[in-house]
Amino acid sequence: MADTAKLPADSFKPMSADDRAALDSEKIAAPSLTFMQDAWRRLKKNKGAWVSLILLALIFILAFGSAIASPHDPNQVHPEYANLPSKIPGIGINGFNGTLVQAGQRIDAYKQAGATGAHYLMGTDYLGRDLLSRVLYGTRISLIIALVATLFDLTIGVTYGIFSGWKGGRVDTFMQRVIEIILSIPNLVVIVLLILILKPGMLSIIIAIALTSWTNMARLVRAQTLEIKEQEYILAARTLGESSLKIAFKHLLPNLSSVIIINTMFTIPSAIFFEATLSYIGIGISSPQASLGTLLNDGQKNFQFLPYQMWWPALVLCIIMLAFNLLGDGLRDAFDPRTKE
Amino acid sequence: MAKYLAKRIFYLILTLFIVITVTFFLMKLLPGTPLTNQAKLSQSQIALIYKQYGLDKPEWQQYLLYLAGAVKGDFGTSFQFSDQPVSYLLSSRIGPSLQIGLQAMVVGVVLGILVGAIGAMRQNTWVDTTTTVVSILGISIPSFVLAVLLQYYLGLKAQLFPIAEWGGFIYTVLPTLALGATPLAESARFVRTEMVDVLSSDYIELAKAKGLSRMGVIYHHALRNSLIPLITIVGPLAVNIMTGSMVVENIFSIPGIGEQFVKSVLTNDYPTIMGLTIIYSFMLCVVLLFTDILYGIVDPRIRLTGKAN
Amino acid sequence: MDNENNILEVRNLQVNFKTYAGDVKAIRNVSFDLRKGETLAIVGESGSGKSVTTRTIMGLNASNADIVSGSIMYKGQDLLKKSEQEMEGIRGQDIAEIFQDPMTSLDPTMKIGRQIAEPLMVHKGMKKDKAWAQALEMMKLVGITDAESRINDYPHQFSGGMRQRIVIAIALINYPEVLIADEPTTALDVTIQAQILNLMKELQDKISTSIIFITHDLGVVAGMADRVAVMYAGKIVEYGTVDEIFYNPKHPYTWGLLSSMPTLDSSGDELPSIPGTPPDLLDPPTGDAFAARNAYALKIDTEQEPPFFKVSDTHYAATWLLHPDAPQVTPPAQIVERQKKYAKMQQALAQAQQTTGPVEEEEEQQ
Ligand SMILES: Nc1ncnc2c1ncn2[C@@H]1O[C@H](COP(=O)(O)OP(=O)(O)OP(=O)(O)O)[C@@H](O)[C@H]1O
Ligand SMILES: [Mg+2]
Repeated sequence: MADTAKLPADSFKPMSADDRAALDSEKIAAPSLTFMQDAWRRLKKNKGAWVSLILLALIFILAFGSAIASPHDPNQVHPEYANLPSKIPGIGINGFNGTLVQAGQRIDAYKQAGATGAHYLMGTDYLGRDLLSRVLYGTRISLIIALVATLFDLTIGVTYGIFSGWKGGRVDTFMQRVIEIILSIPNLVVIVLLILILKPGMLSIIIAIALTSWTNMARLVRAQTLEIKEQEYILAARTLGESSLKIAFKHLLPNLSSVIIINTMFTIPSAIFFEATLSYIGIGISSPQASLGTLLNDGQKNFQFLPYQMWWPALVLCIIMLAFNLLGDGLRDAFDPRTKE
Repeated sequence: MAKYLAKRIFYLILTLFIVITVTFFLMKLLPGTPLTNQAKLSQSQIALIYKQYGLDKPEWQQYLLYLAGAVKGDFGTSFQFSDQPVSYLLSSRIGPSLQIGLQAMVVGVVLGILVGAIGAMRQNTWVDTTTTVVSILGISIPSFVLAVLLQYYLGLKAQLFPIAEWGGFIYTVLPTLALGATPLAESARFVRTEMVDVLSSDYIELAKAKGLSRMGVIYHHALRNSLIPLITIVGPLAVNIMTGSMVVENIFSIPGIGEQFVKSVLTNDYPTIMGLTIIYSFMLCVVLLFTDILYGIVDPRIRLTGKAN
Repeated sequence: MDNENNILEVRNLQVNFKTYAGDVKAIRNVSFDLRKGETLAIVGESGSGKSVTTRTIMGLNASNADIVSGSIMYKGQDLLKKSEQEMEGIRGQDIAEIFQDPMTSLDPTMKIGRQIAEPLMVHKGMKKDKAWAQALEMMKLVGITDAESRINDYPHQFSGGMRQRIVIAIALINYPEVLIADEPTTALDVTIQAQILNLMKELQDKISTSIIFITHDLGVVAGMADRVAVMYAGKIVEYGTVDEIFYNPKHPYTWGLLSSMPTLDSSGDELPSIPGTPPDLLDPPTGDAFAARNAYALKIDTEQEPPFFKVSDTHYAATWLLHPDAPQVTPPAQIVERQKKYAKMQQALAQAQQTTGPVEEEEEQQ
């Protein structure tokens, strides 16, 4: 038996109230967080998602800020400064120092063009327009298209999904059939058809994308609605005679929010992708307007000789896509109660 | 099963019927006629051309004729190439598209399974991180950007593959890679998530408790259970490849239906656009039907009840 | 092996889990024996470390587990020193396990015949036909009617109770020496529970296996186990024979468990439950981990961990209340009742077998 000889005399007194209080206070009560706070805390722990969020914020600020203050006018043509490569002050690496290889020799393109004082961070295009300004401008257009289209598709998708799931029965079956039919044609084909009917242009692109990409949202929201519908608090609200609209806004939407937010993060990049593809095909935004798609298309033509003209817009496009995808992934993990720590 | 199949095939036909109907009337909303691309013609010439295209009849008759034709695979005559039936134009072009598309699907999904499974088996190690980064990049880089890069670096610079045109297998390599990247990334991601889930399931624990080796557990239990759900994303992947092919075929100048679609859109060749829409929709419906049936065959839980989900 | 009769001896087992928040000290110095042919029940609240103990024995702990110290002797060999390959040879052959939830522990896409036959094919290198024939026998043994036609069915075609029978068939097909049953009936409804427990007892006789029976429900222990170990916060706090634990419990935690167990004579009153929650195993308190929830806690409970005090040759409890200097406390009324019953039983027993010598020496711990 353990040696208990040297125990202090008062050891076997019942635990005092003070001792007990001390014990209780030792328990660091985990602060109870609401679902959203908890998700937010977990999101912040996800490095990829966090960096993406900051990057996206930065891109948004730059892209929309450039509407007020742009390095150059994105549409200002300078034929004499055409096709100048990237020149970033302080960086001597070939490709960023304003030099390019011509006839086997590396020359300073800026000197040759007589623009020694100027530096275009991303270079200029074939008309001498500042590529950085154009990329910012294009990003803005792409984002506007994607955001507006996503907003529409959110409204359509969420409403459709809630309605279908809430009604259930035949209405639901019919509404799901309609989605299946829409999904049986590749989205891009439908978008192209719609744009042909509406005449190419920014508005028709937005409408076309919005009209086609809500199906995913509708399906997810419907599935979730079906699940929530059976829950007790909803049943209670129904028996108490709350109106459907009120139930939808008070009980349904808050519980659908995580599904909606996550899906939105994947809808935005797909809208950006569609817009870029349309511009690339040649029925997207038309000149002198620019989007990331049109810039890519322009840059690709000269990729062999002036690779930077495609690399820059491609880079920005990929970063935006990547950031939205990572953020979507992070949000999905954050909202999933299974990934506790 | 037979009943289920009959039902599904009925829905497939209904879907195609609706697609044809809607496209037909949408096209009627469009401005432009077969004459838009041609020089000035005399009245009689115009009448003749209208007759050739059947545009002299009332719309509902045109529609019925079109429907009857479509059933037989006849989609009318191209506006752009006035001597060519759309069906001929497309049938000569569908081969390359199918070949590249199927190759991209197979290569992408097979590699994706490999990458995803390896990632899941080495969960939370640098291997896992690398495969995750690769797949998220694959999803984020549009196939046309990849196509241009491949064309330049592997085709033009390294001279490993032809950069354009259509000849033999070697010509399909770069387009296949450009198109296969997304399926690869998507299926890798899907398989990884699925397999991580499966590997933490109770039945895997039981399999280990039986004394199966690590590879035995993966091979006999984990793989099948994580690959079965992969069937559900084959449809969306097919859509992705069809969409991507429109641009990728253009970049590599491949005489396929994707390239034709873009060309027809830019020249307002409505009969061809319609024919292509129907063909795309038909292919997608077949893929969806096929994957549904396959799912029913390989997943015992669905086999009996005879319906997906 | 310290004792001929022991098939499994766990000594001073300590298991931590590495997490971002620090080391979770899930098992804190656990020792126990499993005798040949007996059923040992391990009882404790959720999170007390029961499953981690069994998983450590099986060598199937999560990858973030760190076995700090201890040994698990099976047939004279330390399982903790075995390579992964050697453990594969032992799992499902010498030591088998039944899991809690029969709805999820079978592979949904594999015929159950194959799943039952798998351990034979893995360990005995049997060909499919022979293995399936034996699987069929086993299905009959665990009471699956119409086994011949059901052998080709998939798990979803069976009810929960039937699935648990299948899981038992899988575990027993190689006639293992040790069977670990981790809450095998928790997920089943009460009538099925009884059936499964009966089946296990029946098969234990036929197959002569030793069972570690994990549960948080003392109710099922009485009819099932020979001995009971009570676990709290990663430690065993009391162990003894079923009678000793049920009728002469010494640890306040066991009192709490017993009081919160419905009995025939607890006349529909609300059952008292143990107040509070188990301690955070990231940073276990000094002294007795149960002190904060213990109405009988002494000052020393906050300072020093209680050692095991001997109650009888087979019965030990780790509580300072058993120290000679400790004040006499009166356990809850229900427990006093039990102890009275026990005293009577002992008296009767003593009179009946005055000549018999003492039971074998129990190894003392700590
Ligand atoms: N992989 C792990 N990582 C971190 N902590 C773990 C891990 N596995 C178990 N734990 C912790 O170890 C402790 C014991 O868990 P265990 O599963 O053994 O409890 P249990 O007694 O079986 O409970 P239950 O009755 O709920 O099954 C718990 O606090 C648990 O949180
Ligand atoms: Mg457990």
